[in-house]
Amino acid sequence: MSKDKQIRTTPLYQMHLDAGAKMVPFAGYEMPVSYPLGIKKEHNHTREKAGLFDVSHMGQIRLVGANAKKALESLVPVDIIDLPLMKLRYALFTNKSGGVMDDLMVTNLGDEELFLVVNAGCKNADFDHLQSTIGDDCKIEFLKDAALLALQGPSSYKVLSEIMPSINEMTFMTAKKVAINGIECLITRSGYTGEDGFEISLPAKDSEELAKLLLSNKEVEWVGLGARDSLRLEAGLSLYGHELDTNHSPVESSLSWALSKIRRAGGEREGNYLGSETIMNHLDEGSETKVVGLQPEGRMPVRDGATIEDELGNKVGKVTSGGFGPSINRPIAIARLQKSYIENNSKLFAIVRDKKIAVEIVSLPFVKQNYYRG
Amino acid sequence: MSIKFSEDHEWIQSQEDDLVIIGITDFAQEQLGDLVYVELPEVGDECSRGENISVIESVKAASDLVAPVSGTIIEVNSRLEDEPELVTEDSMGDGWFIKVKLSSPEELDDLMEESAYNSFIEE
Repeated sequence: MSKDKQIRTTPLYQMHLDAGAKMVPFAGYEMPVSYPLGIKKEHNHTREKAGLFDVSHMGQIRLVGANAKKALESLVPVDIIDLPLMKLRYALFTNKSGGVMDDLMVTNLGDEELFLVVNAGCKNADFDHLQSTIGDDCKIEFLKDAALLALQGPSSYKVLSEIMPSINEMTFMTAKKVAINGIECLITRSGYTGEDGFEISLPAKDSEELAKLLLSNKEVEWVGLGARDSLRLEAGLSLYGHELDTNHSPVESSLSWALSKIRRAGGEREGNYLGSETIMNHLDEGSETKVVGLQPEGRMPVRDGATIEDELGNKVGKVTSGGFGPSINRPIAIARLQKSYIENNSKLFAIVRDKKIAVEIVSLPFVKQNYYRG
Repeated sequence: MSIKFSEDHEWIQSQEDDLVIIGITDFAQEQLGDLVYVELPEVGDECSRGENISVIESVKAASDLVAPVSGTIIEVNSRLEDEPELVTEDSMGDGWFIKVKLSSPEELDDLMEESAYNSFIEE
C-alpha cells in the first residue's frame, strides 16, 4: 500500500521539522538531509566549531553473556577478546566468501557485555546474522528505545565538557557512562567526520532534552546527512555500499589496517571467522583491486559510478564515492581500481557525461584527521 | 519584456528579435542547495525543447537543465564556471545561464505566466 506506512522516524523527527530541515527517505527513515544553513555551511561549521547529527537511525545492538566476546570474534576479523574495557574498535562483518556484510563499531562495556553500532541500512540483516550464527552463545538485543546523537568538530569537547565535566579524561575510541540531568548516556569519543567528537547513546525519551541543551550553546548547529557524507568523504572514511560490499574483501577495499594482527596468519587466534581463508589469502598474496583517493582535475565533480579508464580507454575501475569537498573547495573522489594500474602510475581519466576528466591517485584522507589521542 | 516559466523550474525572459534569456527559478535554486559546478553548452550549439543542455551540480547531486525552448545558443554566462554560487545568490539576475535565439517563437505560448508558475510550485 502506501509507502508512508513503512517509513520510520527518529525520536527527534519533530525537532528537525521545527528546525526547518529538508527531510528525505534514507534507509527506511525520514531523515534530515540538510537544514536552512545548507550542506556547505553545515559542513564548514562542523570543521570549524561543532555540528550536531541525529544518527538515531543507526542500529544499536547489545550482546550479553559470558561468551559474547568469543562469539563475536567468529564473525569479525578483529580482536574482540582483548579489547580493553570501555574502549572501541572498528570491525567488519564478513561473509563466507570474504566479502563485507557491514562495518561497525564495537565497545567493550564489561566482562559480559558488548555494544555495537551498525549501519541503518544493514541493521536488520546484521541482527538476523548475529541471531542465526551466535544466538545460542549470547543474548542479542536491539536497543530499540535508544537514540544516537553525534557531536562533531573542534569545539565538541568544550561544548560537551561544560555539561558533562567528567568526559575530561576521554581520548579517541574510548567510552564512558555519564549521567546528565538524570539522563543516562553512553558517550564514546568517536565519529564519522574526521574531527574530534563524541557519539552519545541515550534513552529516546530524553534525546530531545539533550539535543536542546547542546544546541543552546551557540557553537553548535544541526548538521544533516548531506554534510555528513561530504565530511566523511574528505576524511577518507569508507561508506558501506560504496567502498565496502559483499563482493570485495576488506583487503580489496584497502581496509587491511582494520584486521587485527592476532587474527591474521601466524597470530594467536588466527582465522576462524567467516571468509577467513580468502581474506588471509588476499593479505598474503595481495588483491586484484584497491580503494584509493582520486583528485579530479578542474571543478567538475566526479560522482559515484563514474568509470575510470586509462589513456587507451581500458576500463580500470569505478568511482565508489565522489563529490565536492567544501573544506578544500574542489571535487574529490574515492575509487576502486585494479591494482596494476595503481602501481604503474598510469595516466587515468574519469568518464563523466562522455567527457574524459583527468584524475590523479592521491593518498587519503583529503583533509587531515583531528582525533584527540591525549 | 515578458517573463515566463517552465515546469522544469526555469525562467525565460523575452528580449527583442526572438531572443530569450534563460535561468533557473529561486524555487529550483533552493531545492538544489549549494551549487558547486555548472556545465554550460557552447555558444553556437543548437538546442531543441526538452533536450538536456546544461548540468547543474550541487554538493549532493547533478541535475540537468532542460531546454524550455528550441533555438541557437548565442551567449552563455561564463561567470558561472568560476562562480556557480551566483545562481544561489541571484538566480533571476547575475545567475542567468544562457541566451537563445528562438527557432520556434510560438513555443513561448506553451510556458506559464508567473501566477500560474506560483500555483504550480505550491502543489
